Amino acid sequence: MIWVDTVLQGVLLGGLYALFALGLSLVFGIMRLVNLAHGDLIVLAAYLILVLTTLLDLGPFMAALVALPVMFAVGWTLQRLVLNRVLGTDILPPLLVTFGLSVVLQNALQEGFSADSRRIPAGWLETASVPIGPISLGVMPLLTFASAILVTLALQWLFYRTALGRAFRATSDDPATASLMGVKPDAIFAKATGIAMIVVTIAALYLGTRANFDPTTGPARLIYAFEAVIIGGLGSLWGTLAGGIIIGVAQTVGAQINPEWQILAGHIAFLAVLLIRPRGLFPRAFD
Amino acid sequence: MAGASYTVTTRTRASQIAALVAAILLIVAIALPTFASRSLIQDMFFILTMLTLAQFWNLLAGYGGLVSVGQQAFVGFGAYMLFGSAILWGVDPVAGLLLAGVFALVLAVPTAFFAFRLQGPYFAIGTWVVAEVVRLSVAQWKAVGGGTGTSLPRDARDLMWGVQWIERTLDLRASAARDVLAYWLALALAVATIGGIYWFLRTKRGLALAALRDNVQAARSVGVDSDRMRWIVFLVAAFGTGIAGGLIFLQNGRISPDSAFSVIDWTAFVIFIVVIGGIGTIEGPIIGVLVFFALQTLLADFGSWYLMVLGGLGIAVMLFAPGGLWGLVSDKTGLRLFPIQRRLERRGDGSPDEIE
Repeated sequence: MIWVDTVLQGVLLGGLYALFALGLSLVFGIMRLVNLAHGDLIVLAAYLILVLTTLLDLGPFMAALVALPVMFAVGWTLQRLVLNRVLGTDILPPLLVTFGLSVVLQNALQEGFSADSRRIPAGWLETASVPIGPISLGVMPLLTFASAILVTLALQWLFYRTALGRAFRATSDDPATASLMGVKPDAIFAKATGIAMIVVTIAALYLGTRANFDPTTGPARLIYAFEAVIIGGLGSLWGTLAGGIIIGVAQTVGAQINPEWQILAGHIAFLAVLLIRPRGLFPRAFD
Repeated sequence: MAGASYTVTTRTRASQIAALVAAILLIVAIALPTFASRSLIQDMFFILTMLTLAQFWNLLAGYGGLVSVGQQAFVGFGAYMLFGSAILWGVDPVAGLLLAGVFALVLAVPTAFFAFRLQGPYFAIGTWVVAEVVRLSVAQWKAVGGGTGTSLPRDARDLMWGVQWIERTLDLRASAARDVLAYWLALALAVATIGGIYWFLRTKRGLALAALRDNVQAARSVGVDSDRMRWIVFLVAAFGTGIAGGLIFLQNGRISPDSAFSVIDWTAFVIFIVVIGGIGTIEGPIIGVLVFFALQTLLADFGSWYLMVLGGLGIAVMLFAPGGLWGLVSDKTGLRLFPIQRRLERRGDGSPDEIE
């Protein structure tokens, strides 16, 4: 029974990793940009939610709601002012600029909030759980997982059912031709990063309420996100969700065997998938 | 015109002067421990080891197009192998440096095997994952202190090759003599690295590498094997980075997984040095490491502001002057201290005309 419990907890943890990964997947899918500051932006959003809860005396969910447009604006501005300038065939400038951004963000947060680890208070929800037979599942993990599924559905709908999604896909396929059709790639990219930051804020809500975080938490989240994207296969949103779940299950199973192996087990699972299926489990894009 | 002969050369007047200045600087640098203070020797050690790391990262990213964010894997693994071989097998740490390089090279084979499966930008994070795996695995290795780390054994430290000779010759205490030894080793490593990379870039393989940097398709179309070049560059960089890592922690005397596999110390700083100085040139990292050291000295008391300035500077350079500081200089003046560009020179009728 302990193993069923372990795997279930892993699946729910995977929901959190999928939330980390979906924003990354979205941005890469549209503009082939790997944002090395993705993890730090999640941590930034977590601090923003934390500040809003204390400043406006809001619950975590309301605070996240207020944070959503702010983070959208952050993403939009970042893309407009910085990232659009470095997109191109050369992969070096965007990587180095986002890496620099990651270091700047970490240290700015350290300066502003000190290195102490913090947590977004969620009241009774923190400890609430639902008994299912002999197993009890936390309400927060369940909410996280449900949110991951909802975000995946929403992005799927956005991509394949809306005009904006069509513009996303067109720009992704061929920015030059798309711009002949009246789509402005720069504007599309800015919107895409803004939407990615909305996903980041949702991820930050659960990161911050479920565990402690500090200014240096970001890079590890980036790595989990990245592993989930690669395991799932580039360009597949449901694949990303599956990738997150695989990392989550590997981590909880690893931790069950030896607590020190939790993180390592997740990485090993990633390398194993890379070994057997270099293009991921559900590859869609070819690039 | 008749009788005019042509030669292919990479030499310029500036490069000849630079070689002369470099030779004089090298002599001064070798003699430095006879008159300099211990803190200057330690600063120079830091500059030289960072320069070595920067040159190898530049070889990877600037020439090979392999943007690795996981070089700390080789720094840490090399250093741990030096400590491990000294603790478990009693290997002299100076000899252990070679082992550090060899083990880093061995680690680079599976790393490349995995990371080369990832295209373009994903390669960067792939190398980072491997570095994390190595860090977490080494933290399980109890013989070298597990997660808390360990010190170099007293015997290995005090009886290291050369230390006693330096103590006697320069009349120094053991700890200062160790710093001098580490400094000389770092100097030798930095000179060998710069010399080696410069030599390599001037060979046929080096030309192929530069061609790949400039245009992958064009290089392939004239028969450059890009996969093979990537392997060579990755393995060479791992070997050199491993030795540098071993040397850094040999001087330090203490090691822990967090310090040895620090992404900030061994990759972020190195990337900023290369980017600020000028990526894709040998001169760039040299300028970069001097700027880096100056900034560190100036902003030492400002904690995290220092890293913010460094990161911000890196971003600004990438946005507004992608060639870095050296790029600005050489674009304006045409100056090349380590020229690898082949030029055709006509000799035989007095003044040589140059055709670029």
